[in-house]
Amino acid sequence: MTTQATSTLLRTENLRLYFRTTQGVVQAVDDVSFTMPRRDALAVIGESGCGKTSLVRAILRLLPSNVHTYSGNVFLNDIDVMKLSEERFRTNVRWTKMSLVAQAAMNALNPVLRVGEQVAEPLIVHQRLSKQAALAQAAEVFQLVGVSPDFLGRYAFELSGGMRQRAIIAMALITRPDLIVLDEPTSALDMLTQANIMNVLKGIKRDLEQSFIFITHDVSTTSELSDRGMVMYAGQIVELASAEQFYLDPLHPYSAKLMASIPTLKEKKELEFIPGQPPSLLNPPTGCRFADRCDRRFDKCDTEPPLQQLADGRWIRCWLYNK
Amino acid sequence: MKTRFAKLWQTARKYPTIMMSVVIISVLLGIAFYAMISIPFSEAALLWRGAENIWEDTPRLAAPIWFNAFRSEKLSETVNLTREDALITEEAVSATIRKETWVYEYDFPYATFPQEMKAFFTVSADDKNPLVKFTWVKPDGTTYQLGSMTASDGSRYGISADATVSREQFNNQPLQVELYRDPSSTTEEPAVLNGTYQFIAEVYHFTDSSEIEIQFVSFGEVYGIAGTDHLRRDLRIGLLWGTPFALMFGLLGAVGSTSITFLIAAIGSWYGGWLDAAIQRICEVRLQLPTLPILIMLGTFYSRSIFLILGVVIALDIFSSGIKTYRAMFMQVKNLPYIEAARAYGASNMRIIVRYMIPKVAPVLIPNFVTLIPTFVFLEASLALLNLGDPTAPTWGKILNDAYHAGALYRGYYYWVLEPALLLIFTGLAFSMLGFALDRILNPRLRRI
Amino acid sequence: MQQEQALLSVQNLRTWFELRRWAFARAGWVRAVDGVSFDLPRGEALALVGESGSGKSTLARTILGLYKPTEGEITFEGMELSKLKASQMREYRQDMGYIQQDPYGALPPFLSLRSILSEPLRIHGIKDKKEQNDLIRNVLTEVKLTPVDDFLTKFPHMLSGGQQQRAVIARAMILNPKLIAADEPVSMLDASVRVEILKLLRRIQESHNLAVIYITHDLSTVRYFAERIFIMYAAKTVEKAPVESLLENHFHPYTQALLAAIPDPDPENAKTLRDVPPGEPPSLVHPPTGCRFHPRCPQAIKGLCEVEEPPQFTLLPGHTVECWLYKDRDSKTE
Repeated sequence: MTTQATSTLLRTENLRLYFRTTQGVVQAVDDVSFTMPRRDALAVIGESGCGKTSLVRAILRLLPSNVHTYSGNVFLNDIDVMKLSEERFRTNVRWTKMSLVAQAAMNALNPVLRVGEQVAEPLIVHQRLSKQAALAQAAEVFQLVGVSPDFLGRYAFELSGGMRQRAIIAMALITRPDLIVLDEPTSALDMLTQANIMNVLKGIKRDLEQSFIFITHDVSTTSELSDRGMVMYAGQIVELASAEQFYLDPLHPYSAKLMASIPTLKEKKELEFIPGQPPSLLNPPTGCRFADRCDRRFDKCDTEPPLQQLADGRWIRCWLYNK
Repeated sequence: MKTRFAKLWQTARKYPTIMMSVVIISVLLGIAFYAMISIPFSEAALLWRGAENIWEDTPRLAAPIWFNAFRSEKLSETVNLTREDALITEEAVSATIRKETWVYEYDFPYATFPQEMKAFFTVSADDKNPLVKFTWVKPDGTTYQLGSMTASDGSRYGISADATVSREQFNNQPLQVELYRDPSSTTEEPAVLNGTYQFIAEVYHFTDSSEIEIQFVSFGEVYGIAGTDHLRRDLRIGLLWGTPFALMFGLLGAVGSTSITFLIAAIGSWYGGWLDAAIQRICEVRLQLPTLPILIMLGTFYSRSIFLILGVVIALDIFSSGIKTYRAMFMQVKNLPYIEAARAYGASNMRIIVRYMIPKVAPVLIPNFVTLIPTFVFLEASLALLNLGDPTAPTWGKILNDAYHAGALYRGYYYWVLEPALLLIFTGLAFSMLGFALDRILNPRLRRI
Repeated sequence: MQQEQALLSVQNLRTWFELRRWAFARAGWVRAVDGVSFDLPRGEALALVGESGSGKSTLARTILGLYKPTEGEITFEGMELSKLKASQMREYRQDMGYIQQDPYGALPPFLSLRSILSEPLRIHGIKDKKEQNDLIRNVLTEVKLTPVDDFLTKFPHMLSGGQQQRAVIARAMILNPKLIAADEPVSMLDASVRVEILKLLRRIQESHNLAVIYITHDLSTVRYFAERIFIMYAAKTVEKAPVESLLENHFHPYTQALLAAIPDPDPENAKTLRDVPPGEPPSLVHPPTGCRFHPRCPQAIKGLCEVEEPPQFTLLPGHTVECWLYKDRDSKTE
């Protein structure tokens, strides 16, 4: 099903995911459109409640029961996977073409199964391999992530936090999907372990052909792995730019403030913080959603700015930069 | 506070079972209060003890009056007549003798014969008690001369047992059959003659100060709103007063049991060490012991006081699986950050237990507590049924116990069993429904989104 | 020159926890803090940096009296805390405030903010309603939870993460302590809120002249909020230094690894691998022999580092390190 002709791996158009809750409809993902070329690493940055985890759910179709709206298009290799039935999506797309390293997944390893069995399971389910063949491939993938194949026969509690996370990455990698989505892969880990895991991911990106979507609220870590950065705020994309553009010269006021609020050791700069809170997704404000916290707002901000592409190739949703 | 209540009401309305159970419980509470107000307990206890002449004017084993609503052929109702219903005339017979004629006239539109008939006398006379002669007049005019007797204070005349009118004359039937029989009926079994009957008592007073009150009772097959039992007691007393008894037993048992269990679980889990170990071992041993045999032994060999039984039941209930469940919850709470913070700002152990740990777990307590109430209510009934309850207390269980020993179901006195049983069932149903609904509200894992 | 007596003095502190198998048999000890000594003067902010399992949280909790030290002494304002009875200890708890990592978990969910803040007051005998009110208002104003009247009746779940942490800070400050222990106070908050809270803490520290023990695993924030920094590894303080000195000269190989591992928003990072040692922190039940870092240390000296535990060497004023690499550079100057 893969077509090498196209260099766009993933394209979303007007993706919407709204949830029904006891307090109303939460517009978690609100009209998100972006493209991702092959062998690209995209960092999705935003605070809690901006919709980035819901974006993961929308792309991978891991939906809870209280979905209110789920619409739009998701093109994977030019095939609209939104139109596939649940069964076909499960067998042909999820974990064969796209896989997920979920938040705190290392704590979700099944405690009564051996680690090797769990890592090999996607192969047994999707590619109908025998257990032996699957375990052999699991051993290979373990090497890739830097875990000794001896650990295949161990149980989850015998592994340390860092090793469990590597096992989870191995599980996501084992079917050689085109796209791996990582949702806060290192937030529960120590700094050294974090750096080690990042090294593993960098190695995988360099040696294999995987693309990554890397979601986190920790802006500093994202620079480890991203070719491009996408900032989400209140369910919308506000800026999408290349790594150089984004980290060195963020244009959107929110991205700029976010960058300014990160303490760094390399230079002593005055830290800024953003007063106020992100808006509730139950009733997003009309107009620019960042306007009430922005110190550069003007009267045009009362209408919602569209996502537009600038001359240098980046996308931005802000009246300050729209032509 | 008001808005919290309003919010609670709104959530409650979503669950129809809560509304139903609230209605039933309100009715039960209403009955309980009515019972306690209309019949003070001392009076009720006396009535229930059923001494010799308290229930003499009620029939034995009579069904409730509303049974007749379901029958085409009505069962005989009890007729109870006193002075206001009588036509009394007086005349002088001689210089010293006064004749007072009491005429009781009443309608008898029923299809079955009464169980028996009696007349009760209240007499005040200085020397000589008056003499009374009785006459019976049927609707078709047939008159029977019944016997006569000297009436003393508190004496009674059992009309059915009158030996002066020989039974042999009337085909070996009891006298009241003949007195009510329709002679023109063609059925093999005697039929009742409907119409107006007269019971006439001619009282001959021998002194001027002699006075008499005559109460005439025709004991029917139905009586009252709840019927009567083998001791002629109006079951209404037992059922009414059984309600507050049941509710109190249930409430006290549930409250006492739950609160103490909670506290012990909290203390044990907080202090840990040997205290916790000791409590757990006690519970484990107790869990191996069977409750009912223990209570039976206690009741048989020691005392049947209801409070002792209640106390022992609560004690046994505390040191059982409840403690283990709550302890598990408290162990989780113990490790929460705010408990650690409380230790850091100097809170004492007791303060942490009572002010910080218990309120956190308490919401779970409420549904458990509510579902425990019917357990205690049924326990009281079971104990009474097994002859372990207080024999003088008017409770539903005691009614069932009496019914059981009198073979009520074999003999067809279904009302005797059904009335207390239904009350027990509704009580249990109401509290269980309420408890389960509260569990769904308060236990977040069971909540439906 | 008269040295002002340090507010807090810790000598050779060890906090070990007993491991029990089957509730009876002893299976060893978890050596969570294993030989830590330092002085903390009034008004100084000290950062404890280390990974999970390094002992930093346990150290703070032992100082606060939540754990009993297995060995060693803690002296606060001249009083040795281990000699105190429980009732006397309560008095000292007034002088120490505790800020925890989880802002929501640190607040009892069923109490209003007013009740939460009046608890410490009630425990320490401040029963007068007016006095309680004044203290509560003052502290809420200081942490900028205003208008005060709005917040007094709120419950924890009605507050945002940042507001919850402010409430925790308010509670820690209400008895006017001299020392605050803040255990990862911002790691569970959003990035944009972190700075606000850290700035608030700094401001409070400066205005009240508080001694602060600030525990974190995020080295990059230390520069803004602490004067001194201790790097902890496997229950020991492997390097202690003023912050600026540490950033210029990182002596211990672990410190070097930490500094190399700190993420920063630099697009060049995607192109290079970070130079960090492999492996995991060691078990605290069976720590490695000798220097505890030696299994992971790229500069370990064979025959020495795995045999003997290094003592503390002073390399610069106020800058010490526990590493055999510097055994010849110990300057005895303080």
